[in-house]
Amino acid sequence: MAFWNLVRRSPWSARIGLAIIALNVFAAIFAPLIAPYGETEIVGDVWAPKSADHLLGTDQLGRDLLTRLIYGARNTIALAFVTTALSFLVGSLCGFFAATLGGWVDMLLSRIMDIIMAFPTLIFALMVLSVVGTSIPAMIVVIALLDSTRVFRLSRAVAMDIEVMEFVEAARLRGEGIWWIMRHEILPNAMPPLVAEFGLRFCFVFLFVASLSFLGLGIQPPTADWGSMVRENAGAITFGIFIPLWPAAAIALLTVGVNLVVDWFLHMASGLKE
Amino acid sequence: MSPLKELIFKRIAFGALTLAVISVLIFVGVELLPGDLAEAVLGQNATPETVAAFRKELKLDLPAHERYLAWLSDFVRGDFGNSLSNGRPIAGLIGWRFANSLFLAATAAAVAVPLSILLGILAALYRNSLFDRTISMVTLTMISFPEFFIAYILIAILSAELGLFPSISNINDQMPLWEKLYAVFLPCATLTMVVTAHMMRQTRASIINILGAPFIEMAKLKGLKRLRVVVVHAFPNALSPVINVVALNLAYLVVGVVIVEVVFVYPGLGQLLVDSVSKRDIPVVQAAGLIFATTYVLLNLLADVLAIISNPRLRNPK
Repeated sequence: MAFWNLVRRSPWSARIGLAIIALNVFAAIFAPLIAPYGETEIVGDVWAPKSADHLLGTDQLGRDLLTRLIYGARNTIALAFVTTALSFLVGSLCGFFAATLGGWVDMLLSRIMDIIMAFPTLIFALMVLSVVGTSIPAMIVVIALLDSTRVFRLSRAVAMDIEVMEFVEAARLRGEGIWWIMRHEILPNAMPPLVAEFGLRFCFVFLFVASLSFLGLGIQPPTADWGSMVRENAGAITFGIFIPLWPAAAIALLTVGVNLVVDWFLHMASGLKE
Repeated sequence: MSPLKELIFKRIAFGALTLAVISVLIFVGVELLPGDLAEAVLGQNATPETVAAFRKELKLDLPAHERYLAWLSDFVRGDFGNSLSNGRPIAGLIGWRFANSLFLAATAAAVAVPLSILLGILAALYRNSLFDRTISMVTLTMISFPEFFIAYILIAILSAELGLFPSISNINDQMPLWEKLYAVFLPCATLTMVVTAHMMRQTRASIINILGAPFIEMAKLKGLKRLRVVVVHAFPNALSPVINVVALNLAYLVVGVVIVEVVFVYPGLGQLLVDSVSKRDIPVVQAAGLIFATTYVLLNLLADVLAIISNPRLRNPK
């Protein structure tokens, strides 16, 4: 209920963002129920135009584009979400450790992260995938590790500020362990900036997954996924058939939606502090 | 040593360390491959003879540190070994492609840098005006779009519908400059739009930051003219962050060409890298990756050093 009160007071931009996210999540969860055809079912001609049977036309193998888009939401979003979650688990844990332990642990972790950040992410990912081969688990781990460096920076900085507070000092003097302090003192206070960061990192990871799939190195056919759908149908555009624009637009729309909500959240978080 | 020189020296040392670590990582990455690289790459074709030839090709019979030093010194001398897929020397594959990639990136930078600095300064000076808000909305949307979306929109409108520009940018050395520029118009426009969005937003933010500083308020309160405040007081202080922003975005641009090259089938290093990753032609991936990473690290290094040099507070220590 508190959520609905917030939404009622939210600006129109945030409402649009929330609506976009809700639509995507709905499509992702209920894909098999709302999609008119099966994910890999061939139902018509190659690149058939829009019709009552195929609202957005068909793709390069004659599969229904709307169906592919709906299943694509499921695969692409789930993958990006899992990757972001893993990145946060690794990044914030390392960041909190570095901040609470300090000393050489902090030095070592910070330097490692600095060096990874100095490496261009796309090139790093491409090189790793060339060695271990393209697979979904490999992609998740690589992107999550690369992305966790940014989470590390933020969570370390936030935890440093909290670490010097009296209540952490009090907990230390009570003889609480480092896990307890991280779980009960630092984490709750670090939540607002981390939640906003989650949104931003999700956008980044989502675009990264889409780019890798677009390059043919991410999710492999016949699984529906927005990035590879753009790639597979790219040839159509020179015939004046704008099919690859649909999945590309879906990617752009979701990113804009998440950004709008993050902006609103950051605005609220800064307003609360004043 | 003066503090300025010390800062620059430290930054260069970190850059050198980063490059060293990157080269080791690239090298070790191949070492860590589960199982035998030869069998993994050859797959179905892994007969004892091909495996033995392959291991010799990659010098897998020597100890690791010797191979690393040999690989690195060959690399520095411009000998990148041979491609696995067609056996040709990698240096011949890479040289002209890298030049093409740099040509594309440089063309995009030549348009994007002046454009985004101008837009950034104007947006900062007329903050919260209609102009500022429009620009900031457009650039925010641009940043949210994947590069290939912008690329395909441009193709759909300018190439497929209007037929103004080619959707495939093929260039070669025989072409005169204007023909090359015409051929790269669409990839260049795509890169320019993406980079300008980032660069303009950062320029705007750093100038607004400086316009809010106490010394600017002081200058205004002294009754100085607006132009003098901007040119004499704000500009020298804004130079450092702006130069930094430009150099960082050039680094982004050099790597950003990868996806754009694939969209427009442009004969550049990025296209070669992506092809080699899917073919698992590891020596080519190593060489192309190391070149990309080195360029990126060097441009980042340049960004930081220029920022240190152009910062008046660091240049004139008390």
